[in-house]
Amino acid sequence: MSLLRLAGVNTYYGEIHILQNLTLDVGEGELVSLLGGNASGKSTTLKTILGLVRPRTGAVEFAGEDVTQRATSYRIARGIAIVPENRRLFAPMTVLENLEMGAYLNRDGKGRKEDFERVYTLFPFLHERRHQLAGTLSGGEQQMVAMGRALMSHPKLLLMDEPSMGLAPILVERSFEIIQQVHQAGVAMLVVEQNANMALSIADRGYVLATGRLVLEGPAKQLLEDEGLRKAYLGR
Amino acid sequence: MEHGGEISPVPATPGDAAHTRIGVDDWVAEAEERQRGRGPLVRTVAAIPRPIQIVVFIAVLSLLPFVFSEGNLFRYGLFTLIYALLALGLNVSVGFAGLLDLGFIAFYGFGAYAYAILASPKYGIHWQAEIAIPVVMVGAAFLGLLLGLPSRRLLGDYLAIVTLFFGQAFVVFVNAANPKGLTGGANGIANVDPLNFFGFKLTTTRHYYWFTLIAFLLVIGALYFISESRTGRAWRSLREDPLAAEVMGMPVNRLKIMAFMFGAAIAGLTGTIFAANQTGVFPGDFDISILITIYAVMILGGLGSLIGMFIGAAVINVSYELLSGSNPNPSLGRWLFYLALITVVIARIRPWIRVAVVLAGTVAFGFAVHAIVHALEPSATSGAVTNGGSLSGVMSHWTVIPAHSGASAKYAYVGLVAAVLVLTLIKGWWRAIALIPVLYLASFVWENLLSEQPAVTRLIVFGAMLIALMAARPQGLLGTSRVEIA
Repeated sequence: MSLLRLAGVNTYYGEIHILQNLTLDVGEGELVSLLGGNASGKSTTLKTILGLVRPRTGAVEFAGEDVTQRATSYRIARGIAIVPENRRLFAPMTVLENLEMGAYLNRDGKGRKEDFERVYTLFPFLHERRHQLAGTLSGGEQQMVAMGRALMSHPKLLLMDEPSMGLAPILVERSFEIIQQVHQAGVAMLVVEQNANMALSIADRGYVLATGRLVLEGPAKQLLEDEGLRKAYLGR
Repeated sequence: MEHGGEISPVPATPGDAAHTRIGVDDWVAEAEERQRGRGPLVRTVAAIPRPIQIVVFIAVLSLLPFVFSEGNLFRYGLFTLIYALLALGLNVSVGFAGLLDLGFIAFYGFGAYAYAILASPKYGIHWQAEIAIPVVMVGAAFLGLLLGLPSRRLLGDYLAIVTLFFGQAFVVFVNAANPKGLTGGANGIANVDPLNFFGFKLTTTRHYYWFTLIAFLLVIGALYFISESRTGRAWRSLREDPLAAEVMGMPVNRLKIMAFMFGAAIAGLTGTIFAANQTGVFPGDFDISILITIYAVMILGGLGSLIGMFIGAAVINVSYELLSGSNPNPSLGRWLFYLALITVVIARIRPWIRVAVVLAGTVAFGFAVHAIVHALEPSATSGAVTNGGSLSGVMSHWTVIPAHSGASAKYAYVGLVAAVLVLTLIKGWWRAIALIPVLYLASFVWENLLSEQPAVTRLIVFGAMLIALMAARPQGLLGTSRVEIA
């Protein structure tokens, strides 16, 4: 059974038809890449999943429940979390406070302590720097805080919006290692990326979007070898 | 901090965190360091343990009534506290949650009018304060909810416009009602009862001062705990990045409405005190000028800071009162003006030798100009010092004050503005030397034009004060500087 499922989703901004009959799913514990160039509808897909925009037709199902008409906070509480594009940390707040905000919906003190321990085990660096202001960290370090913050809500599904954006090549690699690490801990992931090569190399499956429509889907290995995809997105 | 030559190694221990690392901008890495590197006065105060600071602060404030006369206590003490309370309330929505609320004064007005209706002969209702105050605060919070509901989805400029409309609508509403109507129209509501707690009536300014002080301390204490709570941090994240806050699952709309309601309740409480103390409420007390004053207090004190609101209120209210036309001792305004000039020279000019040259030069320059002008045309220096006082003797021998200044003072004023602008273009010793005649010109304009029109002057001085502050410390006196994300 799939954890997340978009069924025939049509999303509009005003009269502009952005997502056109989009159907995709992410299984439990699966790592799925969503690829596409600029303005292909990747970010709108994430917003639709989170409930920041509502589809005009179609359904968003999460963990077997139709959440199409549910508020963002409801979906977060059900187990979706996101590492936003450009990380969007709360810059003048400490690393610890940022993590706390990630666990905003978790009011249970004991559960929260466990969440802190889990995140600190995954990223010992965050424990070291917990009292430092998030805005004073470097890009790669901020990426870790953003991942930690998202994991604080104990998500079943983690959405990653352009994790490679704004990072030096060496940090991109490190960032993808972290993604794999989190994935191996049992969290399903939907990674939205322009860097198709990198994203497919760690994914189980992939989808390719172009101007709001799915143009390709399949196992990641197969997509990596696909002639059309190479031409269109890998530039070789 | 290490600078230059060597690239510092990646720190192994968290203690080295503030040092520059590869991939970290120097400015960003030093943000915390910079906040520590403050002036000697601030450092000395900061070194005193927090509990002692608080005790001294409370002790000084609660003993003021024994030092001040009733009039001065009303003017400098009570109104500083009222402004501070209003700024604390406004600070919840603007400073904590980042919602630009321009209708805030309506809640203050609502509190005042609500108390006036509940405790005056107008309707023959005379509620005790211990019942009226909670009712008014809850009512104001409810009004905050009503304003928050339709505007919860508005951001930035749009929210500002809608709330500004709300604030104006309140004034129009209380004004438009005919004299027999709910709010008494332009005549307001008179003979409002003094606050009456279980039979104990607050009658003197001292009583009101102490009661307002208690309210202020309770509010500041409550806000301290709220700002350190989960809700307080959620407000801050909302201020920093509403979208990120929303995808963390925060109930953004509820948080915004809560901020409005908190601020409104504090404003309602303040309005009650104001109405009872004035024994009357009138539409003109709640217009845009008080909103501007409260924003000035908040910006001066530093957005998001609590004690900053008190300091901002003290600076604004005291200087406002000193420059006020109704001040029984108008020469204090002159002291304020010259002290401010000298403070700016001392604070902004370095090295010290230049400060000494500028100050000594200005004094000598003044006497020289006065002597020359007096020799050429005696009537040009025979004018009387307006609003005399302790400085007037010196001033009449230093500043040129013509018997009839005519239009010359106005031209000098325009020339002064131009000269100040030119000053910003030159640097170093030239600026120090050019400053001497400009300071003298400022004195000439003050004595011949500004001190005769205190109402206009205080607005100009306010504006200049805020502009100077924004240039020197954009985050306000006690605000923490923002760290931009790299």
